[in-house]
Amino acid sequence: MKISKNIIRPYGDTANDGKMQFSFSLPVPASEYGKEAARLLLKQMGLQDIEVCGMRDLHEGFTHFIAYATTTVSIDGSRIRVKVVETPVMDMAATDEYISQHIGRPLTVIGACIESDAHTVGIDAIMNMKGYNHRYGLERYRMFNAINLGAQVPSETLLARARCENADAILVSQVVTQKNIHIKNLTHLIELAEAEGLRGKMLFICGGPRITHELAIELGYDAGFGTGSYATDVASFIAITIDERIEN
Amino acid sequence: MIKLELSPQNVERARNAAARIADSIDWLFRDFSSVTIERTVLRLLGIDGAGKNGKPLPNVVVDHLAELQALKRGAAWWVTNAAVARDVDPQEVAEMVGWDEIDLTTIPVQDNALVLRRMEEIAERTLAHLRLQRARREEYLQKFGARRRPAIYVIVATGNIHEDVIQARAAAREGADIIAVIRSTAQSLLDYVPYGATTVGFGGTYATQENFRIMRTALDEVSEEERRYIWLTNYASGLCMPEISAMGALERLDMMLNDAMYGILFRDINPRRTLLDQYFSRMINAYAGVEIQTGEDNYLTTADAVEKAYTVTASQLINEQFAIKSGIKPEKMGLGHAFEINPDLPDSLSYELAHALLTRTLFPAAPVKYMPPTKFASGNIFFTHLLDAMFNFVGQLTGQGVQLLGMMTEAIHTPHLVDRSLAIENAQYIFRAVGNLAEHIQLEPDGFIPRRANDVLAQAADFLEGVADEGLFIALGKGEFADIKRCETGGKGQMGVFPKDDDYINPFLTKMKRELGLS
Repeated sequence: MKISKNIIRPYGDTANDGKMQFSFSLPVPASEYGKEAARLLLKQMGLQDIEVCGMRDLHEGFTHFIAYATTTVSIDGSRIRVKVVETPVMDMAATDEYISQHIGRPLTVIGACIESDAHTVGIDAIMNMKGYNHRYGLERYRMFNAINLGAQVPSETLLARARCENADAILVSQVVTQKNIHIKNLTHLIELAEAEGLRGKMLFICGGPRITHELAIELGYDAGFGTGSYATDVASFIAITIDERIEN
Repeated sequence: MIKLELSPQNVERARNAAARIADSIDWLFRDFSSVTIERTVLRLLGIDGAGKNGKPLPNVVVDHLAELQALKRGAAWWVTNAAVARDVDPQEVAEMVGWDEIDLTTIPVQDNALVLRRMEEIAERTLAHLRLQRARREEYLQKFGARRRPAIYVIVATGNIHEDVIQARAAAREGADIIAVIRSTAQSLLDYVPYGATTVGFGGTYATQENFRIMRTALDEVSEEERRYIWLTNYASGLCMPEISAMGALERLDMMLNDAMYGILFRDINPRRTLLDQYFSRMINAYAGVEIQTGEDNYLTTADAVEKAYTVTASQLINEQFAIKSGIKPEKMGLGHAFEINPDLPDSLSYELAHALLTRTLFPAAPVKYMPPTKFASGNIFFTHLLDAMFNFVGQLTGQGVQLLGMMTEAIHTPHLVDRSLAIENAQYIFRAVGNLAEHIQLEPDGFIPRRANDVLAQAADFLEGVADEGLFIALGKGEFADIKRCETGGKGQMGVFPKDDDYINPFLTKMKRELGLS
């Protein structure tokens, strides 16, 4: 096998061995028949050396399979393109200082869980005074006027408030993602903002466990923050991006 | 159980302060009612179904009376008066209101004794049904034996009641003792309960009476086959607390999430509305033998679980005192707490043990509901599975009443079939392995665990005394609970609270209070 620096294949215990781990359930009985169904499914996915090593009866006609197999495909590393938030991350003091120096006035940020979403854990982690995991939230920043509207805020209400507060940025959190409801909600907000002529007037930022920066850009937002993001990431992005926009 | 010595003075101090807080709300329970309480009365009088535009009939009738400024007498009186006048049952009265055929306030006033007797008859029929459901549950428990401790509690949340049934049956066969059907994410803020079976919703489907019936029927079947009674639970929180409790009591749900203050703090529902609604809601549960559960885990999902541990204890004590006022027996008070300490903290297990033992020792008769790690559950499902195992270890070691199982995919999606199965496997192994280990363990009397538990208790006592001194509504307004400020006259559903007239009547409240021995 040709080893190339740019070719990426899974690593089990030997370079490029292509070993992968699988866990899934099928509507089949826990039997040799069921196990064969699992093996054939993996085979049709183009996998080789399939070993169905675990089979657990889930009852009601379902079975859980655990398997290892070898993939024959590989990825060309030189062709990978990802969109990530590229602004540097500063701590709270540095961000406050940056805003004072470069912008000279506090920035107003309005946050909410929009539409049906009642789970405020994400927006609270970014905005609440306390923050999360030793990073204070935006309410604690001297140079942010942070307004957290909480859960189940209609897009119309959020935009109306943003207009009335003359907001610099809108933060939208979406935690519930069943049947892609988060995509529908985020799309609705951005379409409404465009219709009301607000889209260009402030930053639109979304966050949540299934949000990536790339998805956010695709949906028409300025940035997206997923799992593992903190207030420092969001605050730095807002400060630097607004400063850049003013300069331009 | 592992013996934990608590300062008797601080236990008494904390409980007395919580009792003072609950007592300070008596005026509200005595002099006020709410639109959802009136809708509950109508449901219990047998009114169900929907009218024009799918609006539930209990809402149609209550809105009709509110518009005519007649609600202060209680919906029961107007509906029964019409039922007597037209010689029909309350359901037909509601349907006539729904089709604009009658105005309840212009129907000639019937002989009051006759109206009250008719109301009494109808109410007694419903109460007899509730007692029958209670007796059926007790029969099942006699036949199949009591629930294990900790009981295995899992959720189903597909958003489609029929799909939920498949997952619930599978979970029961795997060993689940309790099935919770999660509601659609926005239901707590609806000021009505949808009608009929539902196959839509996000993060769950709606709590409706028909959905309750469908799930109860399926679980009764599995209970018979597995020779183990499978308990069913749902959520009486939000703007329709007593209505959901009434529906649950009618359809033999066995447990109900029914916190006294959750709606105020975490859903921004008007404080008066929430306290009033929980009072009647819990009384229905007490009457129907339904085990209530409380939501203390919510205090720890954003605040730090070590720093704010006392808020859990304080909330448990307040929940206990309000539950007593509604006639809930200690063995039906599923007070909540949670395993939410940052796993990076050294000795986090000692803190968790101290907190878990504090709850168990303070409420020895309560089937305490222990909630799993959620805040530190991540996309690393393998680590989350490990965290859940540690949680299960503490649950078994401290003999919690109900173990709400953590899911390895907690941070990713509502549980898949296989996630739930692995969670049950995890719990069953740990419960079996830990077994009676507690019998062989003694705490160092002046060691970290008793000191920590007593510190938390002392903080809770101080906090509760402060709240009792300044008043619950003032404390809520100042953001002393969970750092969230809630104004007595703010929040959702405030308009639905109204003072009762002297001739107000709620036959169920009267009869339940009498039978539960409440003043």
